[in-house]
Amino acid sequence: MFTYYLDLARRSLRRTPVLTGLMVLAIGLGIGASMTMLTVLHVMTDDPMPGRSAQLYTPHLDPLPLDHKRRGDGPDPTADLTWPDAMALLAARRGVRQAAMAGGSLLLRPERAGLRPFYVAGRYATADFFALFGVPFERGGGWSAAADAADAQVVVLSDALARKLFGAGNAVGQTVHLGEHDFRVIGVTADWAPKPLFYADQTGTQYSDADLFFLPLSVAVSQKFQVSGNQSGWGKGDSMSLTSANMSWLQFWVQLDTPAQVAAYRQYLVDYSAQQKALGRFQRPPTNAKLYGLMGWLAHENLVPNDVDLQLWLALGFLFVCMLNIVALLLAKFLRRGGEISVRRALGARRRDIFVQLGIESALIGVAGGVLGLAIAQLGLWSIRQRPDDYARLAQMDVPMLLGTLALAVVASVLAGLLPSWRACRVAPALQLKTM
Amino acid sequence: MQIRPILSTLRHHKLTAILLTLQVAFTCAIVCNVAFMVAKRVQRISVPTGIAENELSAISSSGIEKGENMQARQTADLAALRAIPGVRSAVAVSYSLPLNQSESSSGICPSKQALDRAMQLNSIDGSGCVQPASYDGTPGLIATLGLQLVAGRDFLPDEYVGKGKPAVAIITRALAQKMYPGRPALGQSMYDGDHFIRVVGIVDTLLRPALRKPGVDGDSLIWPQRPDGSGVTYVLRSAPQDRQRVLKAAEAALLQASPNRIIAPGQMQTYTQIRRAYFQRDTTMIGLLIASALGLLFVTALGIAGLANFWVQQRTRSIGIRRAIGATRGDILHYFQTENFLIVTAGVVLGVVLAVVLNLLLMTHYELPRLPLWYLPIGALALWALGQLSVLSPALRAAAVPPVVATRSV
Repeated sequence: MFTYYLDLARRSLRRTPVLTGLMVLAIGLGIGASMTMLTVLHVMTDDPMPGRSAQLYTPHLDPLPLDHKRRGDGPDPTADLTWPDAMALLAARRGVRQAAMAGGSLLLRPERAGLRPFYVAGRYATADFFALFGVPFERGGGWSAAADAADAQVVVLSDALARKLFGAGNAVGQTVHLGEHDFRVIGVTADWAPKPLFYADQTGTQYSDADLFFLPLSVAVSQKFQVSGNQSGWGKGDSMSLTSANMSWLQFWVQLDTPAQVAAYRQYLVDYSAQQKALGRFQRPPTNAKLYGLMGWLAHENLVPNDVDLQLWLALGFLFVCMLNIVALLLAKFLRRGGEISVRRALGARRRDIFVQLGIESALIGVAGGVLGLAIAQLGLWSIRQRPDDYARLAQMDVPMLLGTLALAVVASVLAGLLPSWRACRVAPALQLKTM
Repeated sequence: MQIRPILSTLRHHKLTAILLTLQVAFTCAIVCNVAFMVAKRVQRISVPTGIAENELSAISSSGIEKGENMQARQTADLAALRAIPGVRSAVAVSYSLPLNQSESSSGICPSKQALDRAMQLNSIDGSGCVQPASYDGTPGLIATLGLQLVAGRDFLPDEYVGKGKPAVAIITRALAQKMYPGRPALGQSMYDGDHFIRVVGIVDTLLRPALRKPGVDGDSLIWPQRPDGSGVTYVLRSAPQDRQRVLKAAEAALLQASPNRIIAPGQMQTYTQIRRAYFQRDTTMIGLLIASALGLLFVTALGIAGLANFWVQQRTRSIGIRRAIGATRGDILHYFQTENFLIVTAGVVLGVVLAVVLNLLLMTHYELPRLPLWYLPIGALALWALGQLSVLSPALRAAAVPPVVATRSV
């Protein structure tokens, strides 16, 4: 029966080529615009650490004094941790793994001939960073907690930076002159850069940034390396020194495998805050301490710009108007076929059969519209990739989105066909046949 | 033209007519709001900076030699830059230029009382103090940027400092009016923390490096302060067509003067590029908004034309009968035009209401201001015109149906 209906639909559509073309064009435009924006939103809110994100959490404390007023457009000082708090959480070892980190940009003086000095962006981190995030290594590995304690001048390079500095040769064991100090290369990571760079400070461009080197946080602090990202100070006197208790600048991530561990860690953060309050360091309620999961933290940061959001709504509004258009056209088309429908009804077709037949006709329009929409969406994504925005390069359609486009087109057109089909299968055959 | 028969025909196609009305309504609502957003963005990107935009270019250099005498370095660099053919003047600033995003700002109070109030509140808000963007630079900044000095004077050579706070400042007219409403600002003393600064000059306009909101975007002040960090931005003024060449020559001249520096490729820009980069998202958005509005109007026009075409085909026989019993071509044409007018009018009436509702939604979620009411009649007119245009061709085809059709069976 299905093939017969398909054939009927094909014939019917070919009888009115202009109208069919209009409907396919309308659904193609609507689907193309919507899928372009849905794809952008999809890549922007995608899980940066598939398989690992459910175990990653970031603790946040509130060490601000009671009378502290946040500037309306300024960054949130409690988004980062102070040095004493980060070190306390690290020493407590309440998670399976934990690491503190901060971004930095250092001057690199290459020894290789023909390379001028340049600034390079990377991360200062504690030893567990690599195991915590599962950073893959091409050669060598990270450093130990003992190296952290000893301020060891060691560095892990990204594969891109290692190739730039040392060509195809083995970089491990070589020396890099970074931030006016010599560092021994102990590892080279494989190509690794989560999108977005969720563990970085939120003031950066997280969709295009990547870390090119990693070195011990303790070294960065003792050498007073420059820290990129937000540094919010609120005290007097020493508040702008990196180890001050009145300046937040560190990111902290912890691995918690079971719900019980998560609950225990949450309690630990409140207890820690209460203890600090008892000591007179914290002034605000200990329950201000928060523990975010990775995806929850990204949702909290809300990395999707308002403009992208607005563009998505605009595209969906466009799709909606296109669907109204198709409903009207299908209705006119189906109702005009009262005669044909009545003959089929008189020959024994049930209302349900007519409904299915017309539904298949709408779905066929949807498939054609979906193919057109896919082409339009690819064009739209291409134009987005030409923009200089930091998320632009990610605007690629993956297989689920590809199938989703076709599915959305078919669903939209079948939905649009529901009302017209329902109206059409309710025509009174006797009345129609009499007028024929 | 009688409306009665049209209405009774439409009653037969109630559902289709309602759907078309809805489509027109939503198109009207979205297009009105989109047009308003486009107007807002165009207004935003055409804000004047107050400087000679098309004659300026900027090149940033950061020194990487330890213990270098930065003041001496700058003097030598400036001499080398001024020697480039085509460069009319050159100055060094720390990093701030209008719309280049690198802003430095601090709280400034018009009086001691306002300062005390701000200290008491632990906040600038509501104290009468403001937070202007501050610009610095070597002597000649005002002339090189092409700023309009409307009162007072430029800085004197002995007023410039390297480190520390200067004792005088030049402020913008907007800042002067905000700090000293109804009084001449020239000669007043502003409080910057515990020491005060005398206003010696007022410039017409100088936009901030990063825009906040229209009321404060013009609040800027200039210190007579030479840049003292290892990073410095040189601003060059030349004829507009010379700028690319001047930038290339400047890079070469700076590297020749001292190779111990980094000039990042992204930090050699004409001012036109700086401005374009700042508003890039807005220009993209304007393009997208216009494209989607045109797309909507296009689809709606197609819908109207498609449906009218269909109805003409369906009614060929009755048109023939009407023609046979005396209706003129004009009558048939007007029939379809009136029918379209009725549907579009219903859509527009609903659309105007929807436009206001949509605007209220956008106001709560995207900080969009209220839609000025005059957008609504313009949107309505546009849709009426669109409806009449799209129905014209099907209506003409209907008018061309010969009366003889009535005698044939369909």
